[in-house]
Amino acid sequence: MEVGVAKHGIYLILLISLVTLSNLSTVRSSSSDLQIVDAERRIDVTSHIVRVYLTLKVENTGKSSASEVLLAFSPEQAKNIANLQAAFVTGKKKKKSYLPLKVNPTDLPDSPNGTKYFTVYLLNPLSTGESVTIEVLYTLTHSLQPFPVEISQSEPQLVYYHDSALILSHYYIKKQKTMIRTPSNKVESFTRVEPADRKGTELKYGPYEDRSPYSYSPVIIHFENNNPFAVVEELVREVEISHWGNLQITEHYKLAHGGARHKGVFSRVEYQGRPSGSGASSFKHLLAKLPPRVHSVYYRDGIGNISSSHLRSDLRKSELEIEPRYPLFGGWKATFTIGYGLPLQDFLFESDDGRRYLNFSFGCPIAETVVDDLTVKVVLPEGSKNPSALVSFPVEQNLETSYSYLDVVGRTVVVLKKKNVVPEHNIPFQVYYNFHPMFMLAEPLMLTTVFFLLFLTSLAYLHMDISIRKS
Amino acid sequence: MEDSSLRYAFGNVLCFFILLLIGLLAFSIRLFSVIKYESVIHEFDPYFNYRVTQFLTKNGIYDFWNWFDDRTWYPLGRVIGGTVYPGLTLTAGTLWWILNSLNIPLSVETVCVFTAPIFSAFAAWATYYLTKEVKGTGAGLAAAALLAMVPSYISRSVAGSYDNEAVAIFALIFTFYLYVKTLNTGSLFYATLNAIAYFYMVCSWGGYTFIINLIPMHALLCIVTGRYSSQLYIAYCPLVVLGTLLAALVPVVGFNAVLTSEHFASFLVFIIIHVVALAYYIKGILSPKMFKVAVTLVVSVGLVVCCAVVAVLVALVASSPTKGWSGRSLSLLDPTYASKYIPIIASVSEHQPPTWPSYFMDINVLAFLVPAGIVACFLPLSDASSFVILYIVTSVYFSGVMVRLMLVLAPAACIMSGIALSEAFTVFTRSIKFQFPGISQSHQIDAGDTSSEPSGDVIQNVVKTDKIDEPVKEWPSRRNKKKEKENVEKTSKPSIKSKIEKRLMVLPLETSIISLCLLVLLGAFYVIHCVWAAAEAYSAPSIVLTSHTPGGLHVFDDFREAYAWLSHNTDVDDKVASWWDYGYQTTAMANRTVIVDNNTWNNTHIATVGTAMSSPEKAAWEIFNSLDVKYVLVVFGGLVGYPSDDINKFLWMVRIGGGVFPHIKEPDYLRDGQYRIDSEATPTMLNCLMYKLSYYRFVETDGGKGFDRVRRTEIGKKYFKLTHFEEVFTTHHWMVRIYKLKSPRNRIRSKTKKSKSKSSSSTNLKRSGTRKKNPWH
Repeated sequence: MEVGVAKHGIYLILLISLVTLSNLSTVRSSSSDLQIVDAERRIDVTSHIVRVYLTLKVENTGKSSASEVLLAFSPEQAKNIANLQAAFVTGKKKKKSYLPLKVNPTDLPDSPNGTKYFTVYLLNPLSTGESVTIEVLYTLTHSLQPFPVEISQSEPQLVYYHDSALILSHYYIKKQKTMIRTPSNKVESFTRVEPADRKGTELKYGPYEDRSPYSYSPVIIHFENNNPFAVVEELVREVEISHWGNLQITEHYKLAHGGARHKGVFSRVEYQGRPSGSGASSFKHLLAKLPPRVHSVYYRDGIGNISSSHLRSDLRKSELEIEPRYPLFGGWKATFTIGYGLPLQDFLFESDDGRRYLNFSFGCPIAETVVDDLTVKVVLPEGSKNPSALVSFPVEQNLETSYSYLDVVGRTVVVLKKKNVVPEHNIPFQVYYNFHPMFMLAEPLMLTTVFFLLFLTSLAYLHMDISIRKS
Repeated sequence: MEDSSLRYAFGNVLCFFILLLIGLLAFSIRLFSVIKYESVIHEFDPYFNYRVTQFLTKNGIYDFWNWFDDRTWYPLGRVIGGTVYPGLTLTAGTLWWILNSLNIPLSVETVCVFTAPIFSAFAAWATYYLTKEVKGTGAGLAAAALLAMVPSYISRSVAGSYDNEAVAIFALIFTFYLYVKTLNTGSLFYATLNAIAYFYMVCSWGGYTFIINLIPMHALLCIVTGRYSSQLYIAYCPLVVLGTLLAALVPVVGFNAVLTSEHFASFLVFIIIHVVALAYYIKGILSPKMFKVAVTLVVSVGLVVCCAVVAVLVALVASSPTKGWSGRSLSLLDPTYASKYIPIIASVSEHQPPTWPSYFMDINVLAFLVPAGIVACFLPLSDASSFVILYIVTSVYFSGVMVRLMLVLAPAACIMSGIALSEAFTVFTRSIKFQFPGISQSHQIDAGDTSSEPSGDVIQNVVKTDKIDEPVKEWPSRRNKKKEKENVEKTSKPSIKSKIEKRLMVLPLETSIISLCLLVLLGAFYVIHCVWAAAEAYSAPSIVLTSHTPGGLHVFDDFREAYAWLSHNTDVDDKVASWWDYGYQTTAMANRTVIVDNNTWNNTHIATVGTAMSSPEKAAWEIFNSLDVKYVLVVFGGLVGYPSDDINKFLWMVRIGGGVFPHIKEPDYLRDGQYRIDSEATPTMLNCLMYKLSYYRFVETDGGKGFDRVRRTEIGKKYFKLTHFEEVFTTHHWMVRIYKLKSPRNRIRSKTKKSKSKSSSSTNLKRSGTRKKNPWH
């Protein structure tokens, strides 16, 4: 309990520091000035990454104009939010267009029950009486709790999803409804908060009307989810730039099955004989989407090549289907390494001011995986200067030096670290640096010199008489 | 003179490039395994060496010497630093360290994989030098080229075969080269190098005892045949003194270097050579008459002393049970020893005597060239050539005892064949040259200095043997040597008469041409065979198997599947029991503690595992539980037809287990002397743990038949349940099956059941098992 409190304390301090960092010099409009006219929430729990689409129609009822909208989350949920995006919607149903909005985690001094907030900054301040539609997408990881915690080979995997039937909000909500999509129509149970209804794979809560701020009504949904719970506990991606024309990527994975733990016997007879009924929640394939024109792909682990993988590549994309050495059941782990080369001209460009920059995607290339701990290392060529990274979401950054083939001064490595990464983070980031092409010749020249000296010394040795006694 | 020196320079450069190409050939012919399979460590022992190298590179040399490995031979453990030949590990570790300090970030695995091919190139070069010392450059080049691709050596040194032999063969040949070089030059410098090379060999392989017996034998041969010289003394004595001192520094050898019988020959000859040297010395300073008197005196006294010494030695040797010889050495002297007394040594396939086809497979046409080479070595017989003859004769004997020692034969066969080929080519080309009309006009002028190098060297050798009695006083520096060579040439000019006499013994032109063609054809056949052997026969890593099916290549990667599963999904301190073959791989690939491994130093421990495997389920459970075992791993080939599985090795388990625990009797597992697993099999067989773990639920794979593809029969007992074990993992092709010991039941069993179990299981092991389970009684 104390630990929990301490954790929360740290979290608070972090949040406060974040708040102070973000320039919140503008006077915050008071909460009562805004109200949500219509809210619709669609929760997708078909895979192990929970995606929530939230459509809010916000109206300013206050006197002054408002430029920010607060989104509220329970602390449990806030902990698992991997990604949150907001967009401003214009146009009617068919001609909708989205304008991305800036979002920042925020902290309020008097938040009830440790509620966490995100602030959405509107493009134009909302003047009195106006309304605006915002669409919010956020992804939650590790939010599906397997129950029973341990299952045997023949059992399906059942999970709990905890949420509230009512949208937790800082504002008064006039009208709201929530839809939850389950992977199949096998739903063991769900908390009823009338009006609630289930049709096929969709659960519907609401519509509820006129709910005051911070209304909360916890619900639990217990359903079957046999989708692969592929969790990469640790991923290190190394991107090595060689100005001779190659971009070498090496990815070290620590993969785990994050679902209900496997219990007791693993029978190969049953697994191979009845593929449908046995080991339903296990998985043996993963699909990695690699950039086009990929070459020299390898897939191995600490004890050698893993011989089960297929590469399909066309002009637009390459797909690498990888199979771990053994099927992964709940709680089983595997480690492996994927490496591939890419043509440099697809990813390295020169900016207007003469600096070079690498434009590469950030996240994990394997589809539908959660990465708990992602480290991206961009190894710049020897002799590069002034590196700077540009990432569109907060990451931890630092610099390292690594030594590779015949390096003397070492290569600068830009290290980017991020926790809780979902496929939504697969967006390009940039690393800018200065590089003089002369450095490309450093190593060949060095080798030439060494061999030249070698020949010179052997020449000298052969022409010298170093015996002590003269014959 | 200008012309000839240019010719020399050209010859040297040509020779250098040929050697370079030979090295390249030796390296690249061993890369088939990497190209066809992958860059991976092969088989069993290399995995241990790889693991040790990893430890060395991670923790440094001092931790390596003090390493007590608690992940093997549980609960005994093993002192790695003191029981391993460190040469290979240190070599690869040093290579890795150098590369890394040059910022070439190769992994330890890569360095280990390519160590063997690199050292094969070195071995080819060492062969060149050795043969050059014996019969000249031409023979040297031929021998080096043959050795670069001899299948026998390839089988132990393909890329990935990271085993002691890979570097040891280089060390062996290089030691021999330095010995012969010292014999030829009498230089103390080479004698010291020789001792150091011997030290490297001792570090690398237990086969060093071959050197320390062969060289004394040669020294003795020289003395007996009256070829004693100061060169022999310089070649022999520093090697014994320095070599023994250095050998004693290697922890695994230690005092064995002076205590075991394997080394006695060298000391005996050491004494003899001193006696002989003394005799020669005294002979020099005394008049012949006085010398005769002295001889009778010394012989009578010496005999008495010798008898005393021999008596003491015999008493010492006889007091030890194995007569001071290790089991493996004994089985060399008496080929039937192992099969009679030590089933563990006999159970290893590479310790079996080879069959005739395996000679053809491993040294191919060399087998036919060797006799010719021996003949060539007698024309004329020098110290060096007598050494090579002795080497081939002894190695032929040893290779006949153990398949594994074919490896020692291979370099000798290559040297002999190189000499034979070179001599044959010399004879034939000379015949052609003399009879070819275009050249015959100028042959008189050329005769002096354009004789092909080998024959020139023969003369050089003759000259040397003439000079042998003169003490070599000059330090042979590079300059001097050149002069010496020129001198040799000068001296060879006067002997032109004898040469022309030789020239007259030419063969007819047609015969020569046909023979040359046949020789080239023979060589081509050898090359084709070697490439085939390297590509098809010897490059499989044995941890990953492939088969060609109509649908394409099918890969069986079950071993690594199982090891990867163990390493990721079991607790880090869990103990895994399996037959000892898989011990090294389990510790290296799965990083789990094993009960027994390929080191086989403790027969009782292996017998315990063998007993457990051949016991009924409950007794086996008790044995395994007493050893803290949590998982049992068996290898089963019945589904895909993989013949070297545990069922086929099972009789050895019974034999080894029965050797220590007499209640396991081999006849119980045999029906009328036949080993079978079908419905005719004995109940003991059908109820033993190995049978049950192998065939558990096997019958469900092919719809109730249970057809074993290795034994080509339906299994005897098809439906049964396991009560004390549960299947936790089986690989894709069923080749590895892993079972977990069920935890013991909580309740105390009733007395009747207990007495029943007592009667069915072994006494002392069972006692510990019951004590564990039932602490109240």
